Amino acid sequence: MDVALIDSGGTNIGSVRYALERLGASAHLTSDPEAIRRADRVILPGVGAAAPGMARLRELGLVDVVRSLRQPLLGVCLGMQLLFESSEEGDVECLGVLPGRVRRIPNAPGIRVPHMGWNALQPRGDDPLLAGIDAGEQAYFVHSYAAPVTSDTLVTSTHGIEFAAVVRRGNRHGAQFHPERSASVGARLLENFLSGVAA
Amino acid sequence: MLSRRIIPCLDVRDGRVVKGVRFRDHVDMGDIVQLAERYRDEGADELVFYDITASPQDRVVDRDWVERVARAIDIPFCVAGGIRSVQDARAILYAGADKVSINTPALLRPALVTELADAFGVQCVVVGVDSLRDEDGEWRVRQFTGDPSRTQALASRTLEWIEQAQALGAGEIVLNCMGSDGVRTGYDLEQLRAARAVCHVPLIASGGAGAIEHFDTVFREADVDGALAASVFHSGTVPIPALKQALSAAGVAVRR
Repeated sequence: MDVALIDSGGTNIGSVRYALERLGASAHLTSDPEAIRRADRVILPGVGAAAPGMARLRELGLVDVVRSLRQPLLGVCLGMQLLFESSEEGDVECLGVLPGRVRRIPNAPGIRVPHMGWNALQPRGDDPLLAGIDAGEQAYFVHSYAAPVTSDTLVTSTHGIEFAAVVRRGNRHGAQFHPERSASVGARLLENFLSGVAA
Repeated sequence: MLSRRIIPCLDVRDGRVVKGVRFRDHVDMGDIVQLAERYRDEGADELVFYDITASPQDRVVDRDWVERVARAIDIPFCVAGGIRSVQDARAILYAGADKVSINTPALLRPALVTELADAFGVQCVVVGVDSLRDEDGEWRVRQFTGDPSRTQALASRTLEWIEQAQALGAGEIVLNCMGSDGVRTGYDLEQLRAARAVCHVPLIASGGAGAIEHFDTVFREADVDGALAASVFHSGTVPIPALKQALSAAGVAVRR
């Protein structure tokens, strides 16, 4: 299987690649539109801020490429947030393949931002991407902004507010948490993305 | 609900894990990757690697072992030691670390915190604070703590520095209470409570863990987000599975 890892400038690119290697898959890091269009699976990683993330995709000429992909796409962390219409972080227009605006997690008593650490997952229904992941299992989150719960939300998590932890709309998937750093839960999600979802 | 984090800290010197008492007299504890894998298997939530000689020796962390750790484990880890620039941090983060922690270089040049936050986001930027109470009763920050001959007291008050670091862009604070480090009599609750009151980002307690009840106490009484320890985990005095079982039974949210 040909897995393209978009070279979006995010710092977790290495970690995502190692996680795929632990599953026996090899991913190639690329910013070449043709290589991305040809791949069987495409992953958009990302750690950082929304505005520089979008600027980088525009610079590389990848905005329309990512928008028009037909094969399964997985956005991770910031990569998931970029799938939405816009982000409050830097007030930036994003890829817009999922409806909704990403907003800052509000501070509240006992609620620290960034939301950093292991938090419970609450699936809202069955999906091939979630096979073997049970309600209450925990995944590793690191973020200050969060996507709204919509009809595309497969899993929610709560940190003061409830937000989208895993999303899917057609062939577009996203995980707010870091599957590459979420022990067996993360490995399961990646494995499902590689082999469980329809191409 | 967000779990409280249990964080083994691995002090690294010349590519090996070492442990000292009160930041001195280091003994060899083993290979970095082997220890990282052991803690992953035991249920550690995160690991911190402090290259304790990097800052005093004016050199950056060796990225080879960072990459070996990143390939081996599937839990997050943070790397500290001698990171002085965006370029230094980028090398460590691209090698696979999830966060970088800066201590002495942030004191020497506070703008570094902002530069790192702008480049990678605040969630990647941890500020480590080494703090000791002075005879006048004030907690003040120390620098160059990796080398006793160079450790210096600063005029900065610990609580003021914690506030400043957050304003500059720190996404997490690790407070190393040097007075209790390595002596296993419990975390410095008074200092951690005072830090908690001014810290609105995640706060990690460090220094003093000696028994399971110390973790329970620091989570309940100082409301810290994570507890870091070294010797009690390395020696097996506090096995992580037993620790998490005890915390869970006591009603502290932990990942099982």
